[in-house]
Amino acid sequence: MTWSLWLELHLHFCMLSLLAVGGALAIVPEMHRYLVSDLQLLSETAFSQSVTLSQIAPGPNILLVAVMGWNMGLQAAGGFEAGGVAMATGLLTALSLLIAAVLPSSLLSYFMVKWLQLHQHALGVRAFKTGMLPLVMGLMLSAGWLLQTASNPQMDWRLLLICAASMLIVLFTRVHLLWLMLGGALAGAALGL
Amino acid sequence: MPCDVRLQREINQPLGSLTISHRPRSRTDLFLSFTWLGLQGFGGVLAVVQREIVDRKQWMTLSEFAEEWALAQTLPGPNVVNLSVMFGGKHFGPTGALAAMSGLLLLPGLLMLSIVFAFQAFAYLPIVASALHGMGVAAAGMVMAAGWRFWPALKQHPLGWPLALLLMVVGFGLAAVVHWSLAKVIGVVGLVSCGLTWWRLQTKDDA
Repeated sequence: MTWSLWLELHLHFCMLSLLAVGGALAIVPEMHRYLVSDLQLLSETAFSQSVTLSQIAPGPNILLVAVMGWNMGLQAAGGFEAGGVAMATGLLTALSLLIAAVLPSSLLSYFMVKWLQLHQHALGVRAFKTGMLPLVMGLMLSAGWLLQTASNPQMDWRLLLICAASMLIVLFTRVHLLWLMLGGALAGAALGL
Repeated sequence: MPCDVRLQREINQPLGSLTISHRPRSRTDLFLSFTWLGLQGFGGVLAVVQREIVDRKQWMTLSEFAEEWALAQTLPGPNVVNLSVMFGGKHFGPTGALAAMSGLLLLPGLLMLSIVFAFQAFAYLPIVASALHGMGVAAAGMVMAAGWRFWPALKQHPLGWPLALLLMVVGFGLAAVVHWSLAKVIGVVGLVSCGLTWWRLQTKDDA
């Protein structure tokens, strides 16, 4: 990874921070387009692993940016075979990319909260918030769909079934998400998918 | 303040503001509390935030929380991180915001990277790869469910649900099928949607 690419990557995540209406999951489709399709800094497998593993660990969803940074830094420095240097690069990239992804939006929150409190019932603010709702939904659904495709490029019907079952269970029951992940893991391992 | 004075003041206050009686003691308190919050949040952090900050610590009343959460969601960026910045900033200024935010991200982030590391060290085993595929699609279903949770709000949308649904489908198609950049999707669909909503809300307000 060249320095100019490194800089471009971080500037892009600073911009995404301000475009993340509806939270971290809404920028997953963009991260896929940018990191996997355009720059090819992440493989489909690394992308799906990053999002998947970020779901089994606790913490805010935005931490998946750190996992992607870790994978990109590790790859750029030669992978696990390269040893400690590669892991240090991965760790540093995880930290710097996470900072790029949260700093602009946090500064905005810090300085805008008073203004927003005063104007939250203003027409413009209401129009922005309700107006963005359909798009936020569309983006979150596409985040899920892209993750499905990345984990299941062959469109195996059994994996599609696990995906649909997981969605329905989340919507209609109060089963803890960790049980769902465990169920998915067991089903995947048992069926050798 | 002496207990009876405080009690007197609380009695004189309207009911809604009665229950707020605690606040974070220090930046360290903020950091540790948000670390604990982050470590409990699987998938949706909203429920955990409410339980910890409103019910257990009583740093906010339920109505204050609902208002702050709405503000955090209006602004771009990760919602819980926005909330931590607003909350920390309100009590201890910039360093409070930093303490709350880094609490939320630092230790949970390190834990997450260790889990990733452990999985990747064994990813060459076929059974681990298969398990990851199964978990991947299960996680995908969870993410889609998180998106679909907004359906009740979409049904009440000022544009009417058929148009709101159409905008949702167009957003989905442009992001997931056509692979437009997010800036372009927001620039086109977001602008149209917000513009129409603005116009509709205005005519409603006037009526």
